[in-house]
Amino acid sequence: MELLAFGDTGWGDELFRATLMTIAVSITAMLIGFSFAAIFTPLKLSKFKFLNLIANIYTTVIRGVPELLVIYLFFFGGSGAIMFVASMFGYNEYIEINAFVTGSFAIGIISGAYSTEVFRGAIQSIDKGQFEAAKVLGFSKFKQFYKIVLPQMLRLAIPNLSNVWQITLKDTSLISVTGLVEIMRQSYIAAGSTRDPLFFYSFAAVLYLLVTFISMKLINKLEVKYSRGY
Amino acid sequence: MDFELMINSFPKLLNAAVVTLKLLSISLIVGLFIGLLFAILRLNKNIFINKFAYGYSYVFRGTPLLVQIFIIYFGLGQIDSLRSSFLWVILKEPYWCAIIAFALNTGAYTSEILRSAFQTIKPGIIEAGKSLGISNKIIFYKVQIPIAIRQSLPAYGNEIILMLKGTSLASTVTLMDLTGVAKYIISTTFKPIEVFIVAGGIYLFMTYIIHNLIKFLEKKYSY
Repeated sequence: MELLAFGDTGWGDELFRATLMTIAVSITAMLIGFSFAAIFTPLKLSKFKFLNLIANIYTTVIRGVPELLVIYLFFFGGSGAIMFVASMFGYNEYIEINAFVTGSFAIGIISGAYSTEVFRGAIQSIDKGQFEAAKVLGFSKFKQFYKIVLPQMLRLAIPNLSNVWQITLKDTSLISVTGLVEIMRQSYIAAGSTRDPLFFYSFAAVLYLLVTFISMKLINKLEVKYSRGY
Repeated sequence: MDFELMINSFPKLLNAAVVTLKLLSISLIVGLFIGLLFAILRLNKNIFINKFAYGYSYVFRGTPLLVQIFIIYFGLGQIDSLRSSFLWVILKEPYWCAIIAFALNTGAYTSEILRSAFQTIKPGIIEAGKSLGISNKIIFYKVQIPIAIRQSLPAYGNEIILMLKGTSLASTVTLMDLTGVAKYIISTTFKPIEVFIVAGGIYLFMTYIIHNLIKFLEKKYSY
């Protein structure tokens, strides 16, 4: 138990901070994913075949390729790509991007592909009459989206989004390969210096279970809130 | 774009894809048995057996696969009694550790898929079997299992694809699977995009094959 003490003698405070880091990366990735979904969901539902194709390539490639490979692409390619853009503006120094940014971006793109599918499914299962009614009432496209589509879509999307959240949370363990100190990386460091991997990796598993358990409770509350009236 | 690198790395990556497929197929077969076993335990009326099976699937579905591999590969070696037992022959190999972790992980997901398939079987079908005087055991093997397998095909297809992606984690315990070799080539040539396209293409091709295979089976066994 003294291994988990807070302060200099144990790993308690380090692991606590690492857990916060995991949560921070997961939330950032989830939000980045939402912004990708906000771009690609309309493309998926568009009437134009070409736009459909672009969105389908995004979701198929990301969901068909291992997360680790995507992370390696960003880890090794990220700073190169930024340096290439910077060199076009005449900046030729070495640029290193922070592991948090690379990590959340890589996981965010993955999470965005799943979110896109969830939002597409949710919008498609809204009754057609709702759109027609909005049109008949003379709602503008913007108002139609905010007042009619969005509230109904959220209700349908939340159960599936909670799955996406779980996937995203578990995927963050993979960015430990880039050196970002989240639960997995911290356990790796602690296991290495105490020679007690069994304890620390099991404890990491407990931390992940705890985060999942608590977040599921919160999401259930959200689900109840958005299902009012049904 | 370095096309030469892409062409040169293709055979290496293809060889590594064989390792990936081996890992995938062995863990899927073992995982299917684990999944079936735990699905049956979940349907047991004994609350302890039931809770045990639920706990298993909750833990393995709620924690990252990476943690599971690390516990098995790095963690279990720490137990002295295990190191001196015959199991150590298996557990010292990263290959078998990865397979054990994958099988336990996919077993947890498979048990959930099969459980829900068993539960959606209409009671009328089982009652029909009973009224024909067929024993419970035969109803289970000849009626419930075939229907459950058909029901769970679409979800199981997704699970196979998730597992295919999961095998990439074998590279974290020094195995040279498709992702492992891809990472090695990236870190020696610093050409991530080219390697990603080739390795990602191979993964997508495998996903495509699995997807169509499942579709074919669904059609074949549809009723």
